[in-house]
Amino acid sequence: MANQVQYIFDNKNLRQSEPQKFRPEDLKRDEMIVNIGPQHPSTHGVLRLEVITSGEEIVEVVPHIGYLHRCFEKHAENLPYNQTIPFVDRMDYLAAMNSEHAFAMGVERMLGIEKDIPARVEYVRVVVAELNRLASHFVALGSYGMDLGAVTAFFWMMRDREHILRLLEWASGARMLYNYIWIGGLFYDLPVGFEERCLEFVNYLKPKLKELEQVVIDNTIFVNRTANVGVLPLDLAINYGITGPMLRGSGLRFDLRKVDAYSVYPEIDFDVPVGKGQMGQLGDCWDRTWVRVQECYESIRIIEQALEKLTKEHKRDRDFDPRAMVPKKIRPKAQDMYVRAENPKGETGFYFRADGRSDIPLRCKARGASFVNLSIINELAKGGQIADLIAVIGSIDIVLGEVDR
Amino acid sequence: MKAEEIKILLEKSFPGKAFELIENATPQGLAVSAEDLVEVMDFLHTHNQLYFDMLSCITGLDNGPETGTMEVIYNLYSIPNNIHLMVKVVLNRDKPTIDSLVDLWKTADWQEREVFDMFGIHFNNHPDLRRILMPADWEGYPLRKDYKEQTYYRGMKVEY
Repeated sequence: MANQVQYIFDNKNLRQSEPQKFRPEDLKRDEMIVNIGPQHPSTHGVLRLEVITSGEEIVEVVPHIGYLHRCFEKHAENLPYNQTIPFVDRMDYLAAMNSEHAFAMGVERMLGIEKDIPARVEYVRVVVAELNRLASHFVALGSYGMDLGAVTAFFWMMRDREHILRLLEWASGARMLYNYIWIGGLFYDLPVGFEERCLEFVNYLKPKLKELEQVVIDNTIFVNRTANVGVLPLDLAINYGITGPMLRGSGLRFDLRKVDAYSVYPEIDFDVPVGKGQMGQLGDCWDRTWVRVQECYESIRIIEQALEKLTKEHKRDRDFDPRAMVPKKIRPKAQDMYVRAENPKGETGFYFRADGRSDIPLRCKARGASFVNLSIINELAKGGQIADLIAVIGSIDIVLGEVDR
Repeated sequence: MKAEEIKILLEKSFPGKAFELIENATPQGLAVSAEDLVEVMDFLHTHNQLYFDMLSCITGLDNGPETGTMEVIYNLYSIPNNIHLMVKVVLNRDKPTIDSLVDLWKTADWQEREVFDMFGIHFNNHPDLRRILMPADWEGYPLRKDYKEQTYYRGMKVEY
């Protein structure tokens, strides 16, 4: 057994790992194909990159995706709207609440009941969505530090994310994939004592975020690795459909929570941080990371204000039923609907086509923010070093579940 | 700006061409014929009152073999003017072909590849029209209404 040959060299074996855009015979002198992923920690999931290099310099990056394709759209057009929500969770699994919120909002608009949702339900949605936004940014920041060699940040961020996951588990029963926000309401009201514990957590978190800023963001090594790397000009970002912290990192104050003013966000006071090019050029990897950290502070502000409302104006009530508005039968009239919402990664959109005759959509398309954001990777990494490619991937903040859907 | 006004603007600039309002569309929408698509989109992209600088979403849609049509739906958004527009193009299902918008919006590159992958709609002048989510040697287009998956893929049984 020990002496048995397990692998015989054959030139054809090199062609087995399709799809490959470039062939060895097409390359110019000194160029070479380097394959990164799909099983590589710095690609943040199952992303495969075909990198054409000339020495250390990157000539072209061809991403190959689809390793995590779970046919969301096919499932969605075979299931009633309410049964699709668990599949929506599994798209962006780091920010499931935000995706659920967008999906539920879209179906509520199709049914025309979005104005009748009780205020308490909307505030609870905002609290859990912002908690999840914090958790998602924590993973982004922690793993980005790890990509660049700062291991401390990863442990710190995972430690603080654990508190959020436990809070959300307390509310919904699940740690990551919640099925908590239902069409027209919620699975359950928040558990008794949640508001106090959540406020406690928020107060605990503030000094920790300051600590993170000192250790990672302002760290000289981190600044040297990220400043002036992967610079994304604003016009190119818009042309590529980039949204979320990436777009704001390039200096545009564009946040759908403000622009579309959906849910109860117009009643809440918060800022939209934008990149200023403090450490180098505007729109580099450092700016994007800095925007994420600042958004954590803004999320904390939103949570505080929403909790204030939940304990005073829209107090817990014995008779309050979060499922009161949940429709028994979800059959929207024939229409086209595109709904979008601000997820931690950017604009998540759902396109629905209802035919008015069935409970199942004729078509449900999900626009993944990570999918669109990832498409710019070639522009950002071209001409740089291979080490910078890792910095660029981390700063895009992709979740492969949402890229492949 | 309302879709009716955009329609009047388009009819003025493209005399003799038909533009139809889509009923029950949120955001508002217009139906455009496939031949005029690139010209119309270029106009929408560059006109200073409209300036649709962001192409949010490209959706493919199959109406099934009985109807014999497919659709491609573009969701446009103008950041400076805060206008939405849904542009719908109806295609023949036998040979669905449409012009690519990569020259106007770079984001169309991947999104059109996805529509090609799922529906088999061919995009003319696309620089790199390969499958994106499915393997390159997969048979058929999964989101077509009459799709039947292949029995074996590289010796593995597909149906479970």
